[in-house]
Amino acid sequence: MPTYSFMLNGEQVQVDAPGDLSVLWALRDKLGVTGPKYGCGINVCKACTSHLDGKAFNPCVTNVRDVAGREVTTIEGLAKGDALHPVQEAWLEQDVAQCGFCQPGQIMAAVALLRRTPNPTDADIDAIENVCRCGSYFRIRQAIKAAAAKMAEPTVVAVQDPAAVSEGGGSSLAATGLGVDVAALGAAALGAAALVTRALDTADVAPAEG
Amino acid sequence: MTAPDLPPSRRRFLTYLVATPTLALAVNAGLLEEPAGAVIPTPPQVAELEDLGDFLIQAGKPTEGKLIVLDVSTAGKVTCALPREEVGQGITTAVAMIIADEMDVPLSDVTVTLADARPELLFNQLTGGSNTIRSVFEPTRQAAATAKARLVAAAAQRTGVPQSRLQVLDGIVVGGGHTIPIGELSAAAASPQLKVAQPTPKDPATYRLVGRPQNRKDAREMVTGQFKYTNDHEPVKGLLRAMVRRPPTINATVKAIQNEAAIRAMPGIRGIHVIQTGVAVLADTFGQALDAKEALEVTWNAGTVDDQNDETVKQALRQVNLPMTPALGTVVEGEFDFAFANHAPMETNTAIADMTANGGTVWAGMKSPIVAAQTIEDDLGLPRGSVTAHVVQGGGSFGRRLFFDAALEAARISRAAGKPVKLMWTRVDDMRHGRARAASHHLVQASIIAGEVVALQHHVASIETDFRHGLGEVLTATGTQLGNPDIIPVSAGGNASFSQSVFATTITSPYNFGATSQLLNESSLKFHTGSFRSVYSANTRGAEEIIVDEIAKALGQDPVAFRLAHLKDPRYVAVLTTCAELGEWGKKLAAGFAQGIGFHAEYKSCTACLVEMDARNPKNPRVTAAAIVADYGLPINPRGAESQLLGGLTDAIGTTLRAGLHIDKGLALEGSYSQFHFPRQKDSPREVKIHIMPATTGAPGGGGELGLPAAVGAVANAYARATGTAPRSFPIIFPVDFTPFTKNTGSTRVQPR
Repeated sequence: MPTYSFMLNGEQVQVDAPGDLSVLWALRDKLGVTGPKYGCGINVCKACTSHLDGKAFNPCVTNVRDVAGREVTTIEGLAKGDALHPVQEAWLEQDVAQCGFCQPGQIMAAVALLRRTPNPTDADIDAIENVCRCGSYFRIRQAIKAAAAKMAEPTVVAVQDPAAVSEGGGSSLAATGLGVDVAALGAAALGAAALVTRALDTADVAPAEG
Repeated sequence: MTAPDLPPSRRRFLTYLVATPTLALAVNAGLLEEPAGAVIPTPPQVAELEDLGDFLIQAGKPTEGKLIVLDVSTAGKVTCALPREEVGQGITTAVAMIIADEMDVPLSDVTVTLADARPELLFNQLTGGSNTIRSVFEPTRQAAATAKARLVAAAAQRTGVPQSRLQVLDGIVVGGGHTIPIGELSAAAASPQLKVAQPTPKDPATYRLVGRPQNRKDAREMVTGQFKYTNDHEPVKGLLRAMVRRPPTINATVKAIQNEAAIRAMPGIRGIHVIQTGVAVLADTFGQALDAKEALEVTWNAGTVDDQNDETVKQALRQVNLPMTPALGTVVEGEFDFAFANHAPMETNTAIADMTANGGTVWAGMKSPIVAAQTIEDDLGLPRGSVTAHVVQGGGSFGRRLFFDAALEAARISRAAGKPVKLMWTRVDDMRHGRARAASHHLVQASIIAGEVVALQHHVASIETDFRHGLGEVLTATGTQLGNPDIIPVSAGGNASFSQSVFATTITSPYNFGATSQLLNESSLKFHTGSFRSVYSANTRGAEEIIVDEIAKALGQDPVAFRLAHLKDPRYVAVLTTCAELGEWGKKLAAGFAQGIGFHAEYKSCTACLVEMDARNPKNPRVTAAAIVADYGLPINPRGAESQLLGGLTDAIGTTLRAGLHIDKGLALEGSYSQFHFPRQKDSPREVKIHIMPATTGAPGGGGELGLPAAVGAVANAYARATGTAPRSFPIIFPVDFTPFTKNTGSTRVQPR
């Protein structure tokens, strides 16, 4: 059986599988990554929405051989450790999830939208096709708008005591979802205060989708 | 509006009707002599006196004492394995709130999990009828109050400080200069020798968490992808993936497999087994099982409804519906059709089973796990108590997981294969061979004399709704115990009597429309059906809300004002009034736009829904805004209640405007979300305002299903007002705008961009 290797949530992985096995089942049944869900298998419910090289894709209709050498990010790879992505934070604040089954896909679709369109209109949000059978759409809409606002505004972060930060007292920093290494910030001994302008998780910003 | 004081003669008339609430309409000529303009009161209906939830609570009474079991760890963490199923309705968060509030412990220290099937609970482990909070509220309060009293008693014993001078603050017993975390007292509090003051639950008015919005406790796991549904679990090693090739028509059985050897030779295939419902394929991955299932060549015997299609179903319903009693005076009437509607939870039927010749274990989302385990035992010839059923939180239900089809099928496959299996249905199978809300036909007729409604008749004909998941047995048992065959007609026997009982205990009119009768008749065509959120109410009350608008129009009255003048209860009036204000009822809108209103009361709760619709293109209407107000008696978690109302609104938008199933040659044409048009973001309102009324009764009413029927009325009425039409067939926009799948899946692989 052929072996395919690709980057998965920042780590190199290998999978022994027929080339035409869908990425969804390679992830779920071969690699034990279960965040992407099966909801239809034919790319109409979008519950499996993940990112391929930073852009939204649907693993249920993508063959594993077609992601070889590329970078796959699932919902599990979105947060930086305990620091959630601003979209995930917004999802919690708006209490979007009911059964929660579609939400990994909804969130990955929203992140992809905000990368292309940082300030989406209602029409842009309407274009997200992911099905939520619980009908949480209005809260999804609110969460996307809230996340866009979070990601747009310059954030003032006051670091008053670097020692406290490095001891984990900087929960306000961790909660910003910057993916900033809090301990490193503290170690930088920024003094009484530091201004940090939020960069939209610059590390994995991808070029706009064509 | 409440009924006016009545002359004695009227009261006697009313009393007579209370005793026979489901009799066919008999309009007393005496009514004709009433002064014009007086609202004609409707006597209480069965569901107002004792609703389905009351009977479920009654059935659970013998086991209530052991229903809620709390555990306080030495670390001070409180856990409760709730004998109910969470599928997104927020019950685990709500119950945790009740426990935390009653015990005065931090909410973050309380964890509510889902109990395995507990056969000793008999009828008290069934999740349905919007009844979880109603049935567990008192037992949970009692259990938590008792736990707290024992912790305080243990602290008193340790410190010598009288119990009356100790209190619990945020998980710490405080008093007499002592501060002791409850975890340190957990062991001592378990002592049978402990002298405990009689625990009294708090006055709900003093709750600090209950009644205040709380976000879901399990949301972080959900938004990070860590939350595990049945398919995400690997509870035993060597689980093979199982899928079933299903027949071309409902309930058809396998005649022969033509290419078994070729299928066995496909990559990753570990076994093939013919079972009652088709051909099971076992594989290393679901992808391989799916490919093999599609490649199977099978011949089939006939199914049970092979000759049925949309037209024959409509005819069958008309044949069983009873004709109306001739109406008096001015008549406003309507004949309505509702198509089948798939539950379509995002998580398709999924279960894990590990069976041996002596018993075994199943894991699945199950709302009736005791009946599930017992059915599996009976099906496989196993002794009682030999099957353990683990209840897993489900990815949606809307009534679907009352049935345990997946657990039973997985158990059969595991037994046949002699191996543990994880079974998943494809979406296409879930939609075509799963269960659906039964199609129904409605005759509604209002009689108006001297400007007032004197009678409302509603005759419902429905394809049989299957209640063979344990609910029927609950009703039979309680009906027998109560000895009141007038309220619970058990004499008909079988599922038909269950249906009548559910209908009688859930369907009521919130209006004073004089003599009111609502009757059900069912066709026994063997489709796969099951309770769908709001069961009979969505269609029955939805149709009535349309007629209410038409009555108001016939009388030249505003739809809101007309409802306000006829609602039976001041709570109803307050909710509708608040909703009309919240949604700015009557505001000017451009041509092609309109507002619509709907009201509904059930399970001791009530709600009003107001929507705005853009129907400039009548073939492509959109609900653009909604305002919803609800009174739950005692709201536990308003945030969760809002979620359920939002869900009910979305269900209503779907089933009223576009989402239904077409039947052709005994099978649904729709096979996925591209064909069954459940709403997506583009179909959903951009503005939704929801208001939860403060506590009005001190006891929680039902919440899970409440939102749907009022919203059905609101959406249909908005469409009617915007387009100048009278909607009668639902969904309103229902073309076959797709090419049906010919196989069981429509598998298409695309190249990534």
